[in-house]
Amino acid sequence: MTELLINGKQYRVDLEPSANLLWVIREHLELVGTKYGCGEGACGACTIHLDGEAARSCQLTIGDVHGRSITTIEGVPQNHPVKEAWISEQVPQCGYCQSGQIMEAVAFLSKNSRPSHDEIVQAMDDILCRCGTYPRILRAIKKAAGTGGSR
Amino acid sequence: MNRPMERREFLKVSLSGTGLVLAVSFLGGPLIAVSSDVEEKAGNAGKPWVPNAWLRITPDNVTTVLINKSEMGQGTWTALAMVVAEELEADWKDIRVEASPVRDEYKDPVFGMQITGGSTGVRHMYDPMRRAGATAREMLIQAGAREWNVPSGECKADKGRVIHGKTGKSLTYGELCVKASQVSVPHDAPLKPQEKFRLIGKSMPRLDIPEKVDGKGVFGTDIFIPGMLYSALQGPPAYGARLLSFDKEAAEKISGVQNVVTIPDGVAVVANTIEAAWKARSALNATWDAGSHPDLDDAALDRILSEHMEKKGLVAKNVGDVEEALKKAAHRMKAMYLIPYVAHAPMEPQNCTADVRKDACEIWCPTQFQTAVLQVAMRETGLTADKIVIHTTQLGGGFGGKAEVKVVEEAVRISKAVGKPVKHIWSRQEDFRNDFYRPGSLHRIEAGLDREGRLVAWRHKVVVSPIMERVLPWMVKDGIEPTAVDAIWDMEYSLPNLSVEYVRLGLPIPVGFWRSVGNSSNPFAVESFVDELAHAAGKDPLEFRLNMLKENPRAAGVLKKVAEAGGWGKPLPAGCGRGIAQRFCFGSFAAQLAEVSVDKETGVIKIRRMVAAIDPGQVVNPDSVVAQIEGATIMGLSAALKERVSFGKGGVATSNFSDYPILTMAEVPEIEVHIITNNEKMGGVGEPGVPPVIPAVANAVFAATGIRLRSLPLSPNMLKKALANTESSTEA
Repeated sequence: MTELLINGKQYRVDLEPSANLLWVIREHLELVGTKYGCGEGACGACTIHLDGEAARSCQLTIGDVHGRSITTIEGVPQNHPVKEAWISEQVPQCGYCQSGQIMEAVAFLSKNSRPSHDEIVQAMDDILCRCGTYPRILRAIKKAAGTGGSR
Repeated sequence: MNRPMERREFLKVSLSGTGLVLAVSFLGGPLIAVSSDVEEKAGNAGKPWVPNAWLRITPDNVTTVLINKSEMGQGTWTALAMVVAEELEADWKDIRVEASPVRDEYKDPVFGMQITGGSTGVRHMYDPMRRAGATAREMLIQAGAREWNVPSGECKADKGRVIHGKTGKSLTYGELCVKASQVSVPHDAPLKPQEKFRLIGKSMPRLDIPEKVDGKGVFGTDIFIPGMLYSALQGPPAYGARLLSFDKEAAEKISGVQNVVTIPDGVAVVANTIEAAWKARSALNATWDAGSHPDLDDAALDRILSEHMEKKGLVAKNVGDVEEALKKAAHRMKAMYLIPYVAHAPMEPQNCTADVRKDACEIWCPTQFQTAVLQVAMRETGLTADKIVIHTTQLGGGFGGKAEVKVVEEAVRISKAVGKPVKHIWSRQEDFRNDFYRPGSLHRIEAGLDREGRLVAWRHKVVVSPIMERVLPWMVKDGIEPTAVDAIWDMEYSLPNLSVEYVRLGLPIPVGFWRSVGNSSNPFAVESFVDELAHAAGKDPLEFRLNMLKENPRAAGVLKKVAEAGGWGKPLPAGCGRGIAQRFCFGSFAAQLAEVSVDKETGVIKIRRMVAAIDPGQVVNPDSVVAQIEGATIMGLSAALKERVSFGKGGVATSNFSDYPILTMAEVPEIEVHIITNNEKMGGVGEPGVPPVIPAVANAVFAATGIRLRSLPLSPNMLKKALANTESSTEA
């Protein structure tokens, strides 16, 4: 039995500590906003927060996160400036990578609230989007940070 | 989970008096909701009237539009909802959308199949959806008039209400929907004149975006059904490889494993968790023979392409007398272009949840091709179509790749074999290995210029594997695979002498539709070589093109637009260059201007700026068009600079994003999109942005360096070597 604290809620799962965190979040707890993309930490679709820091859940076990606070896309409030900017900039296309993009952006902005263009690009560069929403992601982050946006 | 309502349920709903469900046919009969173009192609005129439910209005004032096209981020759902809402005079806030069921009534009226492809989602459904909205609006007006006992001519519909002008009385659509369902269906509901459009042509926020931002969009991977297990398949590592052995006991020992079964595709493991299923798959330690093409690798593939270039092909097009024109030409040029296989790599790997029972089958999947899913399910289960229910989920990227149904076939076979519902998700490695790639191809072009530097002859031979031959064989006429010669045989330029020869490459590597298909690859050869000819003729590449587009003003128009917006002809810093290219396909004209800089030490090409223009005729949701062109530009740049599927040991060597990098944010330039709007016939917008990207970049590299790159991807190594060669030859 392993305990997990996700979005402020305590979960108990009857699994070995070696169980993969992404699959536990998605397939056991059905918090499906967190996505499987590559399984090797290369795409960022599975990005969550561990004590507020962005982390790739596919590279972690539930044993790794014992006693730590996990946040998933479902735990970011709807009125969070990043989510609101994502809507006003009409960012998502297919949407599959967007949970990871938003989680990375939220964690990044919490540490750097007025980032430069280059800092945003550097922070977001390892989260892949095949639809090509990168220009809008950039705009949305600038908007959420109060440094830009176009609409 | 919300299940789409069945047709019988619709009828019941209507009869029990809880709302209006509107049926509009596009298969002939009294309510012909098709353009003459559609009718003619479908050849369905005169067939019995088959009702389709396209929208549902309920007493809670909600209007739900059922969409037969898959949403993969291209915005089709919102655009079609806009079309219905426009004619319905609905209040936009009351509009919802859902995936239509999979049945004959929901087939695309032109294709005669339920499929999302060819950039047709909006243009094929525009007329039927308008008709559906207009018809419902007239029925609601009738219902209001009856309620107040006034002539319907005194009533009008506005923002979700029917209003009686004289008395100012009004009722909402929710209040009227029950009565409206009892009104006989009018056969001639008038369509709004375009100048009265309030929604069509205006950028509307996409209806699917809020849930995608909240992580609540339901993709194929997000399906859960009672009793569901997870399956994983160990397929062959090489083409045509046969299974020799596997360790069943080792797999069964993994905790949670329920079944190990063989199916025609390989060995499948079914388990309580996805982790157990994947772990057990590894434990199978399956061994295979060397397969049908054990020597196939990247070098062999290049050799095979070259060998095929010497074979005689089929003449796809022959205009004028190329032979004679080349003889007379003042200047002749030859070049070979090599294009690699590329993968779709949607962020959501292919997946399918299947529940096959003795007497029924239910499938959930992120598919672009519902009719093919149904056919596979019928073939594999032996059940008739009425026993099979297919649910289309959101698609986490498609790009043509999710028109393939191998994953469905596997899931259905496994579920049938074990008699349990299974969720079957391909690992990223499987998604790369099992993909139906954009085919690699080799091009040999020879062209001639006259004394004035005008292009007078073009001879083009292409070696490539066919797609349509397998997927839509009736599109292959006289052995000519249209995707092989697209953008070559229908070049936009006025050209007196053109011959196009196609050599069919038969290989086991599966190939399929990749965003704009043959148009995604062939323009690299065509538009690069046009550029070579322009330079050889001593002409400006833009002027050279415009001179051949006098009969094609819209193609000229997009080129002029990007040239003007992109500062064509204006000075640039050293090491920088601009390139342009254009292509007409899927009903739309598109051009791209690329501005690049090249690092001469490393050969790294940096895209400084992209300027795109599209002339798609009439537009429904302009911001979705902009988003599609942005996305197409980025996907094109990714293919131009990075992508190439690798082969080895008779199979696929590429395995994940680590060895198949795609474009990341740092590599994306400023992208400027111009939409040229007019009242021309509506074209597609999902694909046409891709074709001119790659040649525009290659042409810009030439402008920056004087180096003509003739194979993809345009890699730093290749450029570095070429730059080093020029330097040494200059020195010599």
